[in-house]
Amino acid sequence: MELDSKIPSGPIEQQWDRAKFEMKLVNPANKRKYNIIVVGSGLAGGSAAATLGELGYNVQCFCFQDSPRRAHSIAAQGGINAAKNYQNDGDSIYRLFYDTVKGGDFRSREANVYRLAQISVNIIDQCVAQGVPFAREYGGTLANRSFGGAQVSRTFYARGQTGQQLLLGAYQALERQVAAGTVKMFPRSEMLSLVVVNGKARGIVTRDLITGKIESYAADAVVLATGGYGNVFYLSTNARGSNCTAIWRAYKHGAAFANPCFTQIHPTCIPVSGEYQSKLTLMSESLRNDGRIWVPLKPGDKRSPDQIPESERDYYLERRYPSFGNLVPRDVASRNAKAVCDEGRGVGETGLGVYLDFSEAMKRLGVDSIRERYGNLFDMYERITGEDPYKVPMRIYPAIHYAMGGLWVDYQLMSSIPGLFVIGEANFSDHGANRLGASALMQGLADGYFILPYTVGNYLASNKFDKVEPDYAEFKREESEVAAMTNRLLSIKGKRTVTSFHRELGKLMWEHCGMSRNAQGLDFATGKIRELHDEYWRNVDVLGGAEEFNQALEHAGRVADFFELAELICLDASHRAESCGGHFREEYQTPDGEALRDDEHYSYVAAWEFQGIGQAPALHKEPLEFEYVHPSQRSYK
Amino acid sequence: MSSVALDTHLHKAIRFYQASIGKKAVMAITAVVLFGYVIGHLAGNMQVYLGAQQMDRYAAFLHSMPVLLWGVRALLLVCVVLHITASIQLTILKQLARPIGYAKKDAIGSNLASRSMIWSGAMIAAFVIYHLLDLTAGVANTVQYQELHAYENLVYSFQRVPVSAFYIIAMVLLGMHLYHGIWSMFQTLGFSHPRYTPLIKRASAVVAVLITAGFISIPIAVMTGVVGENL
Amino acid sequence: MRLTLHIWRQKSANEPGRMVQYEARNVNPDMSFLEMLDVLNEELTLNGDDPIAFDSDCREGICGMCGFMINGVAHGPRRGTTVCQLHMRKFRDGDVLHLEPWRARAFPVIKDLAVDRSAFDRIIAAGGFVSVPAGSAPDGNAILVPKQKADISMDAAACIGCGACVAACPNASASLFTGAKITHLGVLPQGQPERYERALRMVAQAAAETFGSCTNIGECEAVCPKEIKLEVIARMNHDFLKVSWTSRGASVSRGGD
Ligand SMILES: Cc1cc2nc3c(=O)[nH]c(=O)nc-3n(C[C@H](O)[C@H](O)[C@H](O)COP(=O)(O)OP(=O)(O)OC[C@H]3O[C@@H](n4cnc5c(N)ncnc54)[C@H](O)[C@@H]3O)c2cc1C
Ligand code: HEM
Ligand code: HEM
Ligand code: SF4
Ligand code: F3S
Ligand code: FES
Repeated sequence: MELDSKIPSGPIEQQWDRAKFEMKLVNPANKRKYNIIVVGSGLAGGSAAATLGELGYNVQCFCFQDSPRRAHSIAAQGGINAAKNYQNDGDSIYRLFYDTVKGGDFRSREANVYRLAQISVNIIDQCVAQGVPFAREYGGTLANRSFGGAQVSRTFYARGQTGQQLLLGAYQALERQVAAGTVKMFPRSEMLSLVVVNGKARGIVTRDLITGKIESYAADAVVLATGGYGNVFYLSTNARGSNCTAIWRAYKHGAAFANPCFTQIHPTCIPVSGEYQSKLTLMSESLRNDGRIWVPLKPGDKRSPDQIPESERDYYLERRYPSFGNLVPRDVASRNAKAVCDEGRGVGETGLGVYLDFSEAMKRLGVDSIRERYGNLFDMYERITGEDPYKVPMRIYPAIHYAMGGLWVDYQLMSSIPGLFVIGEANFSDHGANRLGASALMQGLADGYFILPYTVGNYLASNKFDKVEPDYAEFKREESEVAAMTNRLLSIKGKRTVTSFHRELGKLMWEHCGMSRNAQGLDFATGKIRELHDEYWRNVDVLGGAEEFNQALEHAGRVADFFELAELICLDASHRAESCGGHFREEYQTPDGEALRDDEHYSYVAAWEFQGIGQAPALHKEPLEFEYVHPSQRSYK
Repeated sequence: MSSVALDTHLHKAIRFYQASIGKKAVMAITAVVLFGYVIGHLAGNMQVYLGAQQMDRYAAFLHSMPVLLWGVRALLLVCVVLHITASIQLTILKQLARPIGYAKKDAIGSNLASRSMIWSGAMIAAFVIYHLLDLTAGVANTVQYQELHAYENLVYSFQRVPVSAFYIIAMVLLGMHLYHGIWSMFQTLGFSHPRYTPLIKRASAVVAVLITAGFISIPIAVMTGVVGENL
Repeated sequence: MRLTLHIWRQKSANEPGRMVQYEARNVNPDMSFLEMLDVLNEELTLNGDDPIAFDSDCREGICGMCGFMINGVAHGPRRGTTVCQLHMRKFRDGDVLHLEPWRARAFPVIKDLAVDRSAFDRIIAAGGFVSVPAGSAPDGNAILVPKQKADISMDAAACIGCGACVAACPNASASLFTGAKITHLGVLPQGQPERYERALRMVAQAAAETFGSCTNIGECEAVCPKEIKLEVIARMNHDFLKVSWTSRGASVSRGGD
């Protein structure tokens, strides 16, 4: 497999313009003759489908929820970055570019990141025009806040519901195209296979989740925008339905999977309360602006927080990182929380939690202004835990949150299968080994509104397409494979539920491939995953039939893929003998416990190619060059 | 493909009435007229406390302008017909919109008045029919009905306990109808304001209670002998 | 904690359903309501009984996927809370709970507690948008929006499209949902050009979907997990009446095809 990143030549500021100029255009009158499939209706898929529809293409868009408006982008709270410099505080496209490359710990492509920073400004304009009710100043201008440790205020937000509001903007644009007839929407449809004809992606096979019917759809290009795979860890901040099935099955058809081990952990989530727990809830990172994080100095101190005097508290982030304090990047904050809990100083019943304390901020700023800033987060916390954060400090713990890894794509967002495009969190993206806060929304919308519509057109205009129909043999073959897998799951009739397997897989991953990893643990996990995977196919119990609404069956298919992905993640994590961003290998750290990158050996994208079931995948390396931002050791001391 | 239901060929007025908001608006506007009548009628009826002469003079005065009288009657009739027609249509819509009901349904944000507008309305309609037969046509008033002797007619009617009881029940239902109806009119016609709407709701309640109390006071006054003693 | 549950079971849209009784044992007060059902489903599965179908996705009260009636109240007893965010500490040992799906002709049952809410998408498609193709937008700060208006707009835009308003409304009216979108876009300067046509189209679509009419009862507001106010319905009425009575109505274009 040849990995050609297709980065345009020339100075970085001009690359995207040049690329656009060099693209072939589709004659407007011909656009409606092209069929494009978009799988996913989140920020990336929704905006792409709407924009392609506006341009006049014939679009079919799929999602597994009952409405495109429910994609998991809806859950993003904090905000979206853009280099508008409305605050006149020294922001610029270049600075956003710089921060993102550095924040990604030098494992992303400079050209892509620069383009992202450039487009960020158009996104805000577009969303404002759509009626996204961003927060405003009294003078009527757009408000900003600083987010995730950035030194400038470049984050736009709509209360704590930024993702929701952006998604509704895209969804409404999408529905407008549905009414206009350019987009046909298929909700409650799950993509279960990719169809490749003569080397090009030409369609998908889906299961209608209401009737259970297996159906084929043909097109000239296929776009995957199916989100992240954090649920391989079972407990994560992702939605229950978030899955890797679409990208995994594309991987098994030849699309390279890049950097699967780059997963992000979010430091401020509500801790696990019991075995029954079905998901973890994120509390916006903005809480760290005013809350102070601490644990008791003494291990095993079970006193209630108000009984612990100041002198017996350890504000460990402030102590270790005097200049950034509680605002250190996500990975640093998360690892430190784990470290203090490993020392037995964790709080709460499970001992897996640290305090996030607002008592000082409430004294300094007044309860009202804390309520004004964080009221709805406090309410959410109270609803879930039954504790009132105005009275007792919150308890938080890190949780899996985001997948930087994903299908490999070139500068045109095309995977290693011609005609298969991948956008949003599903691709390996622009975030390197660590994503900065408020940058995923930006990337999803940049891909969907402003990049993909050009690059798909270029692909369509530069290729000839034979006629392909859903009743061709290639489709029938995929359909029967999908049906066979479904029937196999239903026929096992074992003794364990799908959830019990998923939970156990997640625990293994969290223990050994979560916040910190080591060679031995990864080996152990790989062995265990294989055993469990084996048992899965012998002992899982899925009731009901194939041709009906069957939620257990949906889940069973997704978990089957998670097993395979989990193995690849461990493989990638053990091959990458360095620490960078969200990937922390215990063997590779500085004397004071910071991540130790190895630029000499690992400054590349690891793209894995499927070689068949039971075979080790092949590793392809796309070297990364840094012409503008020179790799340096991150320091937040 | 067109998933859009709006039919742009129809005449504006038809399209307006086809929409449920249109029907509601018709109800609200007819209700303004009916409500105005109820207020005026209450004011007129309060004259029973000024004695038979005043009351009868008032009745005579009203009847002395047949054009106005019949004009008002016609307007009222039109309004009642429209109000009732729309209310029945909305009730049918309600049945169609939820063919299978809940085994268990709890109300947490509404009151009995708002949920039973059609029943309080129907009761008012039944009342008005009886009332017209009783005091306007004199057919139901078997004791002795004399045109233009409003005071006497009324006293004779209310001296019979069942009649008074019926009136009182009907007036309570009218009160309920107005308790919800008055503020509802504002909402239907598109007026809502975070500060004024709560005031309007409170005012509706006060007005509804006052109207009910005013009307009810008459049969009670007759039965207790405060009015009609000197007949 | 131990609960008795009466749950609506219905195999598919075309088959009749009925209430079936279940016992939920070992309910932990820290569980969410859906986690309690997850545990019950695990148990049912191991006993070979068909697990109870219900929708959910984000489980943090924002996607609008979850929702059913608990003892006749949409999303259950806690105000401003979706059922996925409702926790069992709200209930007592020995409680008897009735779970039923949203009921409306426009929301046919798919299975058990899961219903089809695609009618909402069609109401949005009828006009719940601002027509601004990608790339055609002026600078974000070119149009100033007073904070107060932005706040009213945001309050309405918070709607998650869960359908509880319809479920709770004695008329099965979708007015709170429709009014929320009309308000969200209608108070912003960006939404002005299409404001009146939007109201006309969305209201017509809601009726075509067989949602009932609003008679200002107010159950919807009480159950709405995002606490959308009845004011949005008044705004919808206002815009609709205005376009119907004034010359603006005449200019409504023939669209949609
Ligand atoms: C709790 C939370 C908070 C966050 N906060 C922020 C923030 O403040 N700022 C920020 O920038 N980022 C944030 N993020 C990250 C960001 O929200 C996501 O990365 C981003 O929204 C992903 O968008 P997407 O379009 O790629 O995927 P998604 O929105 O996840 O959409 C995936 C789509 O694919 C569909 N799909 C998936 N699989 C299939 C299949 N097999 N068949 C058919 N359809 C399928 C789904 O139905 C859905 O429509 C947050 C994430 C979480 C979880
Ligand atoms: C004196 C007679 C009446 C008066 C003053 C009156 C007044 C009102 C008012 C003010 C409203 C509120 C309108 C709105 O919300 O826009 C209303 C609503 C209603 N009326 Fe009447 N009404 C009268 C008679 C009737 C009758 C005879 C019926 C039916 C049989 C009836 C049925 C209803 C119904 C069902 C509503 C509820 C409709 C809704 O709120 O949307 N009313 N009425
Ligand atoms: C205790 C309460 C009431 C009393 C004592 C009362 C009394 C009267 C009297 C005396 C008349 C006859 C006037 C005449 O023909 O000279 C009359 C007529 C009428 N009343 Fe009432 N009324 C009462 C309540 C109501 C209510 C609540 C309504 C309406 C909802 C109502 C509607 C009418 C109407 C429509 C007429 C006929 C008017 C006409 O001739 O055009 N009344 N009432
Ligand atoms: S208005 Fe409230 S209850 Fe209705 S759909 Fe929106 S969020 Fe749900
Ligand atoms: S409950 Fe129904 S009647 Fe109107 S105010 Fe709410 S939609
Ligand atoms: S599951 Fe998303 S709102 Fe409840």
